Amino acid sequence: MIESIDTSLIDWSRAQFAMTAMYHWIFVPLTLGLAVVMGIMETLYYKTGKEFWKKTAMFWMKLFGINFAIGVATGLILEFEFGTNWSNYSWFVGDIFGAPLAIEGILAFFMEATFIAVMFFGWGKVSKRFHLASTWLTGLGATISAWWILVANAWMQHPVGMEFNPDTVRNEMVDFWAVATSPVAVNKFFHTVLSGWVLGAIFVVGISCWYLLKKRNHEFALASIKIGAIFGLVASLLSAWTGDGSGYQIAQTQPMKLAAVEGLYEGGTNVGLVGIGMLNPEKKTYDDGKDPFLFCIEIPSMLSFLAERDVDGYVPGIANIIEGGYEMKDGTKALSAAEKIERGKTAIGALAAYRAAKSAGHEEDAQVAYKVLQENIPYFGYGYIKDVNQLVPNVPLNFYAFRIMVILGGYFILFFIVVLFFIYKKDLSKMRWMHWIALLTIPLGYIAGQAGWVVAECGRQPWAIRDMLPTSVAISKLDVSSVQITFFIFLFLFTVMLIAGAGIMVKAIKKGPETGNNVTINH
Amino acid sequence: MYIFLQQYWWLVVSLLGAILVFLLFVQGGNSLLFCLGKTEEHRKMMVNSTGRKWEFTFTTLVTFGGAFFASFPLFYSTSFGGAYWLWMIILFSFVLQAVSYEFQSKAGNLLGRKTYQTFLVVNGVVGPLLLGGAVATFFTGSDFYINKGNMADTIMPVISHWGNGWHGLDALTNIWNVILGLAVFFLARVLGALYFINNIADKELTDKCRRAVRNNTIMFLVFFLSFVIRTLVSDGFAVNPDTQEIYMQSFKYFANFIEMPIVLVLFLIGVALVLFGIGKTLLKKTFDKGIWFTGIGTVLTVLSLLLVAGYNNTAYYPSYTDLQSSLTLANSCSSEFTLKTMAYVSILVPFVIAYIFYAWRSIDRHKITEKEMDEGGHSY
Repeated sequence: MIESIDTSLIDWSRAQFAMTAMYHWIFVPLTLGLAVVMGIMETLYYKTGKEFWKKTAMFWMKLFGINFAIGVATGLILEFEFGTNWSNYSWFVGDIFGAPLAIEGILAFFMEATFIAVMFFGWGKVSKRFHLASTWLTGLGATISAWWILVANAWMQHPVGMEFNPDTVRNEMVDFWAVATSPVAVNKFFHTVLSGWVLGAIFVVGISCWYLLKKRNHEFALASIKIGAIFGLVASLLSAWTGDGSGYQIAQTQPMKLAAVEGLYEGGTNVGLVGIGMLNPEKKTYDDGKDPFLFCIEIPSMLSFLAERDVDGYVPGIANIIEGGYEMKDGTKALSAAEKIERGKTAIGALAAYRAAKSAGHEEDAQVAYKVLQENIPYFGYGYIKDVNQLVPNVPLNFYAFRIMVILGGYFILFFIVVLFFIYKKDLSKMRWMHWIALLTIPLGYIAGQAGWVVAECGRQPWAIRDMLPTSVAISKLDVSSVQITFFIFLFLFTVMLIAGAGIMVKAIKKGPETGNNVTINH
Repeated sequence: MYIFLQQYWWLVVSLLGAILVFLLFVQGGNSLLFCLGKTEEHRKMMVNSTGRKWEFTFTTLVTFGGAFFASFPLFYSTSFGGAYWLWMIILFSFVLQAVSYEFQSKAGNLLGRKTYQTFLVVNGVVGPLLLGGAVATFFTGSDFYINKGNMADTIMPVISHWGNGWHGLDALTNIWNVILGLAVFFLARVLGALYFINNIADKELTDKCRRAVRNNTIMFLVFFLSFVIRTLVSDGFAVNPDTQEIYMQSFKYFANFIEMPIVLVLFLIGVALVLFGIGKTLLKKTFDKGIWFTGIGTVLTVLSLLLVAGYNNTAYYPSYTDLQSSLTLANSCSSEFTLKTMAYVSILVPFVIAYIFYAWRSIDRHKITEKEMDEGGHSY
């Protein structure tokens, strides 16, 4: 009997990782954002000596602490799930992928964990200056931690700085700096951390507006809104800018992801960007002849401009990428997916031949096989692909998730501008409708972040590491039932933690900061 | 150079593992929560005492995982992916612990204080027991086989296979794994009690801690000595350095101690320090520095045991199903380039330890008192 990989094992392994990651991303972005907000507030306390700022900072710190705890718990699981559920992955690219994870632990996580203890327990025990430094270092640790994790994630999207070694049957790092400072990683870091800052700012403004709605803690609320909205506006503008950079990079490195995000089946020059559109649910494959959209409104030539910085730029669609034949930037003709699969199979066959020759002691045969392997190694992962349709990510999921992220991103910029206008030019404290809008914007901040990660990760499919390792080959050999059970245990644990965490936050917010009530701020 | 780097990284990983066992005093202390803390005030002091250190244990666990992944990825792949349930249960317990401190005393926490305290106890028992059991498999072996060539098989490309459906729980069917698990568990309790003696100013509670030190030490010694004696006299998994072939060798671990006298000395000093810290605490009622002696002793003892498991041509993660699948430093490590790059990063470790120590001292200058718990600062 030939044993093969159970497809439901792949699905459940993916579901477990996705669920852990999505829960992780509920808590982490808020800690990234609140870290800056409470840092600013404690700096004001340090500069002015006003007890008000200390109490304000301490209030946001309390909410930070609740999120930090769950963020840590889910983060631990993510790290170990690479081993437990993606064991083939761990060997095949662990030589490159493990390093940023280890560096994160050594350089960043210790910093965060050490100084968070001083931040919480050091009031009155250490000097004001050391305490302030500890607060900023806690945030800095969290941010450096994000850097290394996003270096690792960026490498999955755009693998660089490695070579395949047929003796160890894995990819090995040959250029650390190419990995650690890959442009994809740099952009991803800024875009992701800034999205966390935006969420932090939305949270601060929204919660503060709740106090205004309840007609209490005025001074605290208005002071927090000012800091939150300025911080949020800067962060959301920068986030839009890095988002544009991210789009450009995807066009250069992951054209299939871009095509899926745009629902673009037939590419070309002067391609328009779909502003609003509804996909045709009848469209199942790239070549079934059905129209991809029920309706859509395009901004002419915009996609070409965003992807290539040129309105006449060529953007390939899903069909073009699968069928190949178009001219690429370096002047070569794009291979078809079928050719890539053939080359991948040749590479995998050459690997088998190389190992057989080596173990038989036939050095010359091994060298011949090695040469074939080297020629075809860029397509190695394609050798595991059974059907070209597997190479197309889920188009509706990516299309809609991307639009949710972008539309909300645009809304956040507008939101912060309006809030700033009202707080400086009008009397925000009396605008109940605006308080409600601010409060209801909080969940939108979370949705935008989740949608962004859906695009990043689902748009990468079928690859765990682009062109190198499909998700289906990255897994651990387990019984499906084991993964199902752990999935539901984690789902239960994380959900209980989420409900408990939210319950504690609600109580803490209701109790409020100890800055005194109903004091009107002097403009 | 490559061999040196492999040895260096085994030393780093072993050191992290050893520090982790020392830091399990957090878990050990929590496992004593209901045994020693008969009143809510006592329990509160205990929780706040370990609560100021739990992040260090947690972070060390994360870093241990990350460093193992970066330096010996085949272990990460084989053990985590194979002994799935063993690691998953450990992870569940640490997830529970991570939120329990922050949540337990806060209003709106859904499950109530007692439940979160119970979670701390669960982690305090399960964490050390299963981590100890997992480490014991370094000496007793596991049921797996590996074929890296499977990557060239497009139908079933997975390289590591576990030999049975228990996926790691099978480790607990070997009595010696359980014995080391129990030894680590009781050691963690001893360390926890010593830490409370050092960290809490409450005579009634610390008196109870001294009794706990005595009782748990007896249990610890029984299990620890059984395991050590068994390991010294049993066959070990040896590697032929020329052919990389793995074979069984009588008295292998005993031979490793003899052939690596520095490791033997580390082991003996470690055990002596552990016993000194405990002994002086029991004999002298005012002595509260036992945690430092026993803690450092624990680090040295565990370090030397892990070095014996991996150094001197020994397979550190053996497979009793397929001897040649056993993991050795050479066949499971990262490339020379990666190990070298990571070695540069590891130079920063003393700096990290220095600031941890500094921060730790700055908030621990005064012991935890009942009065402090009521003062309204950040407490759990």
